[in-house]
Amino acid sequence: MKDRYSNRQYIIGAIFLLPVMFFIVKLFFLQVIDPSYKLSASSNVLRNVTQYPSRGLIYDRNGELLVLNQPVYDLMVVPGQLAPFDTAEFAQILEIDKDYIDSEIRKAREYSMFRSSVFLKQISSLTYAVLQEKLYKFPGFYVQPRTLRNYPRDIAAHVLGYVGEVNRRIITEKPDYSQGDYIGITGVENTYEEELRGEKGVNVFLVDVHNRIMGSYQDGRFDAPAVVGNNITLSIDAVIQEYGEKLMQNKIGSIVAIEPATGEIISLVSAPSYHPELLVGRARTRNFSQLAGDTLNPLFNRALMAHYPAGSAFKVINGLIALQEGIVDEYTDYICPGHYTVGRLTVRCRYHSSPKALSGAVQVSCNTYFCHIFRNLLDHPKYGSVTNGFNVWADHVRSFGLGERLDGDFPNELRGNVPLASYYDRFYGENRWRSLQLVSLAIGQGELSVTPIQMANMTAAIANRGYYFTPHILKSIENAEIDKAFREKTMTSIDSVWFEPVIEGMFRAVNGPDGGTARLAEVRGLDICGKTGTAENPHGDDHSVFIGFAPRDNPQIAIAVYAENAGWGSTMAAPIASLIIEKYLTGSVSRKWLEDRILSADFINRVIAVSDEQEN
Amino acid sequence: MSRRINLWANIDWITVMVYLLMIIIGWVSIYSAVYNDDHQSIFDTSQRYGKQLIWMIAALLVGAAVLMTDNKFFFFFAYPFYTFTIFLLIAVLFLGTEVNASQSWFNFAGIQIQPAEFAKLATALALAQYLSTTKRKIHDVRNLLTAGVIIFLPVLFILLQPDVGSSLVFFAFILVLYREGLSGYVLFLMILFGVLSVLALLMNEINMLALLVGTSFVSYFAVSGKFKVAFKAILIFFFCVIIVLLFFRLFSPDTVLDVQLIIGATGGSLILLLLALLYRRNNAAMLAGLLIAAILYTYSVDYVFDNVLMPHQKSRINIVLGFDDDPLGQSYNINQSKIAIGSGGLAGKGFLQGTQTKFNFVPEQSTDFIFCTIGEEWGFAGSLMLHALFIFLLFRLIYLAERQRSHFARIYGYSVIAVFFFHIVINIGMTIGVVPVIGIPLPFISYGGSSLWAFTIMLFIFLKLDAGRMGSLR
Ligand SMILES: [Zn+2]
Repeated sequence: MKDRYSNRQYIIGAIFLLPVMFFIVKLFFLQVIDPSYKLSASSNVLRNVTQYPSRGLIYDRNGELLVLNQPVYDLMVVPGQLAPFDTAEFAQILEIDKDYIDSEIRKAREYSMFRSSVFLKQISSLTYAVLQEKLYKFPGFYVQPRTLRNYPRDIAAHVLGYVGEVNRRIITEKPDYSQGDYIGITGVENTYEEELRGEKGVNVFLVDVHNRIMGSYQDGRFDAPAVVGNNITLSIDAVIQEYGEKLMQNKIGSIVAIEPATGEIISLVSAPSYHPELLVGRARTRNFSQLAGDTLNPLFNRALMAHYPAGSAFKVINGLIALQEGIVDEYTDYICPGHYTVGRLTVRCRYHSSPKALSGAVQVSCNTYFCHIFRNLLDHPKYGSVTNGFNVWADHVRSFGLGERLDGDFPNELRGNVPLASYYDRFYGENRWRSLQLVSLAIGQGELSVTPIQMANMTAAIANRGYYFTPHILKSIENAEIDKAFREKTMTSIDSVWFEPVIEGMFRAVNGPDGGTARLAEVRGLDICGKTGTAENPHGDDHSVFIGFAPRDNPQIAIAVYAENAGWGSTMAAPIASLIIEKYLTGSVSRKWLEDRILSADFINRVIAVSDEQEN
Repeated sequence: MSRRINLWANIDWITVMVYLLMIIIGWVSIYSAVYNDDHQSIFDTSQRYGKQLIWMIAALLVGAAVLMTDNKFFFFFAYPFYTFTIFLLIAVLFLGTEVNASQSWFNFAGIQIQPAEFAKLATALALAQYLSTTKRKIHDVRNLLTAGVIIFLPVLFILLQPDVGSSLVFFAFILVLYREGLSGYVLFLMILFGVLSVLALLMNEINMLALLVGTSFVSYFAVSGKFKVAFKAILIFFFCVIIVLLFFRLFSPDTVLDVQLIIGATGGSLILLLLALLYRRNNAAMLAGLLIAAILYTYSVDYVFDNVLMPHQKSRINIVLGFDDDPLGQSYNINQSKIAIGSGGLAGKGFLQGTQTKFNFVPEQSTDFIFCTIGEEWGFAGSLMLHALFIFLLFRLIYLAERQRSHFARIYGYSVIAVFFFHIVINIGMTIGVVPVIGIPLPFISYGGSSLWAFTIMLFIFLKLDAGRMGSLR
C-alpha cells in the first residue's frame, strides 16, 4: 500500500545495507587479506597460557625482605591433545604412580576435552628441569609457571598471614577471580590483597603437533602481559619482631609495640606462633589441619583476638579520668591500711608507705586509692545518678579505643568489652546498682576486657599525652598512598595537662625511688615509664601484664605485654617489655642474665622460673 | 475449509524457507561449537545441540499455532498482552532467578523464560495497534509522546534487571516511527547522539571536541555548499577559542585545559549562533545550535559517568564498552573472537574442524558468539552467505511490509524488521570487534529457547498477518 512515506523503504533499506556492507568489507580484511590471522597448518593450535603475576613483595620498616616469591610449575593437561605416551617414564620423572595419571586424566576429560586442567601442582624447579627436556614426548601436557610465597626470616606468621587458592565460594563472590588463582586469606596478605595480587596476563602461543611451542602467535599481538603486584613495606621491625617471638618462646601471650607518633606497629607477636612456610603450597592443607588441631591454638592471633582483663595497668586510665572530672587533684591523697573495706567487701592491697597521692598510688599500684577515686567518681552528686556517673566514666574509657575495634589494617580483630549501663540494669535491675558493686572496675577487673593491641594503643595515647593514631601495620605501598585515616589523630577525652602526674607515677614504678612495681624493667638512661598488672584468670594462674613506653619525653615506643599464666606482671611481662624497648632504642641488650631468665621460662610445659619478687 | 486452504496458499513460503534454513544453520553451528567427543550424536539431548533441536521443534509447533490463530486476535489482544508483559517484567525483578548478576529469568519447572524477549513482541504489537488506530498523525507531539512511552516503558524495567543489551534493542523502534513519518532529522539525531554517547566514553575529551567541531563545519559545508561562509565561520570560531584560551592564560592559568576548551568551544559556537541568527542563515544557525548541544551532551555523558553513577554501574558500562581492566575480560573475548573468525580464511577450516571455538577460547560460543564458529569453519565464504541470507530476509520482510493494506500489519512488520536488524548488526559487530560487547543473541542462530521462540513468534505473526492481507483489517 502506497502512502506519503513509502519511499522511505529505500532509505531504510540503505540503512540496513550500510553496516552489512561494512561488516563484509571488515570480514574480508579479517579473513582473507590479513595473513596474520591464518594459521600455517590446520594441525597447529593456539595455546593460551595464563601469565600469573608475581605477588608484591613485603618488606619490614628498614627495607628488610620478609616475603618473596619462589618459582614453581604446574603441569597442565589438555585431554583433546593427548597422544599415547610412555606412562612409566612419565610417572618416574614426576615421582607419581600410574593410578594418579589415569585418575587425573579422567578428571580432566570430565571437565573439558579442550580446556586445560591442572594435572600436577607445584612441581619443583629441579623436576621441571628434567621434565622440560622430555616434554616433546608427551603431547597434550604443558607447564604453567606459578610462584609460591617464601619467607627468608621465620617470623611474623600471624602478621603476614597466608595465601591459598580461591575456592568456589570466593569465585562466586568475586567474579574477577577464577579457578587456580591465589588470594590472601589472613593477615597482611588478606588486607592488602588488592595491592599485592597484580593482574593476570595471557600469552598466546602457536604449538605444533609435537607439543612444541613454535613461538608467540602474531608476535604477541594478542598477548597481555601480567602486571606484577605492588610491593608493600610494613611498619614491623623484623629484628624486634624476631626478638619478641624469641622472648615469648614456650609462653602463651602477646606483645604489641607501637610507635606513638605515627600509630605504626613495630612488632605484633602472638605466642605460640607457627612457621609461615608451613602454610605454603601443597603441604598447606595438611599442616593447616595439624595446626588447627593443636590445643595451644597457634593459628589464633592473640594480639588481636584474645580477650583479657585489663588488670592493674588500667588504673592509670582511672587516675586520668578522676583528674579530668575534678574528682581529685594531683595532691589528693588517701590512707591505705593495706586493704579497702566497705561492709563485707574487702579489696586487698599490699604493704606500702601511706598515704599516697596519684603519682605514688600509680607507682605502688595502690588498690585502696583507686577504689576510693572510682567510687567517688560514680557517686559524685554532679552526675545526678550512679548510672550517669558510670556513663561518664565509660565514655572516657572508650575514648582510649577500648571496647571497639580499632579498625586498623588487620582482619579479624575483636572489640573487647567496655560494659554498658544497660548490662548492669539487666543484672541488678534498673537503677538498683551502686558504685560499690562495680568497684572491681577500679583496678581493671570485672566486666572490662581488652585485647593486647587495644592495651598497646591505650599506652600510645598516654605516651602522646592524650591522642593516638589508629594502629596500623602498613608503612608505605608502591604506587599508592596509605589510607589517610591512618594519619588522622584521634583525641581522647582527657586534656593533655592531666597526664603528667600519671606519667610521673609510671616513671617511678620503673625507676624508683623507693619501691616501684616494675623495677625489673629499669634501664638507665632510657627513662622507661610503665605499669604492671596481674590479670586475674578464673581458669588458672593469673596473667602477667605490662604496659609501658619510652623515653618519657618524646616517646619512641609504646608496648603492651601479656604473658598468660605467668603470674605477677613484674616477673615476666615487665622484663620482656623492658628488653624489647632496650633492643629497639639502643640496638642491643645489656642485661644478659635477665634475657636468659626470660628465655628459659617455660609456661607451656609448666617449668616456671624461680621468682623472688612478690609485687604487684 | 476453503479459508484454511487459502491461508496455506497465501503464506509467504520464501520467508518460511529462509527461516528453516537459518534455524538449521544455527543448530549445526551450535553442534560444532560445543561438539563433544563423548556425545557425538547431534540428537543427544544432554548437550546443547540436542536441547536446541527440542527448542526448534517446539518453535515450529508454536509457529504453526500462530498461523492458525485469527488475525483479529493479534489486534485485539495487543494492549492486554502488552500490559501482561509489563507485569511480567516487574514480577521478574522480585521473583526471577539471578543469572550473571542480572535478574531477568523466570524458572518454570526447569524451563527458563526471559520476559525481556517477549517484551519486544508485545511492544511491537502495542505500537502497531496504537499508531494504526484512527488516523493518528505522528507529527502530533502528543501521539509521538505516547508512542515513546509505549516503546520505552519496558526499557525502564529491563534496565532495572539490569539487562543493558536487551533494553538497547528497543531503540530499533525509532526506525518504525521514521517509516511512519517521523522527521528524518529526529532519526539522524538519535543515531548521532547514540554514537556520541559511546564515543564520549571511548575517546579522550580533546579528540572528541576536535571531532565534533570538524564534523559540524564539514557538514555545514556539505549542506550549504558555501565554502566562503564555512571558512569565515571556522575563522570566527577559532578566534573565539583562542581569545578564551588567552583569557585563561592571563587570569586563571591553573584551570584544566579541558574546561578551557569546553568554554572556548561553547562560546565560539554561541557567537556563531548569534551571527547566524543576525544574518538569517538558518542552516548555519541550526548547525551552530547542534554543535552546542553536541558539546554539552558529550560532556554531560562524561560527567554523569564520572560523578553520578555508582561504582558497580560504572564497571558494568566499562565491561559493555570493553574497558574491563582484567586482561582476560572482555577485550580478551573480542581478541579470541577475532582470532577464531580470522583464522577461518577464505573457505574456512571445514565442519567440526574449527580449533579456536573448539578449544573453548571463545566465550559464550553457542550463544552470543555463535558467529565465531561460522566464521572459523566456513570462512569468508560462509560469512558472506550468512550476511546475504540476513539481508535477503530483511529485504523480503520490507517487501512484505510494504504490500500490507492495513497500517497495523505494516507497522508491526517494520517493528519485526527493525528488531531483527538491530540484533544482527549488534551481534555480528560485537564478534568482529566494531561494536561494544552487548550480550544479545543472533536471531535464529544463537542457542537459547527464549530468544528462538520470541523471534519465531514475532516472524510468524507477521507472516500470518501477511497471509490474511486480502481480508483487510482497516
Ligand atoms: Zn594500697
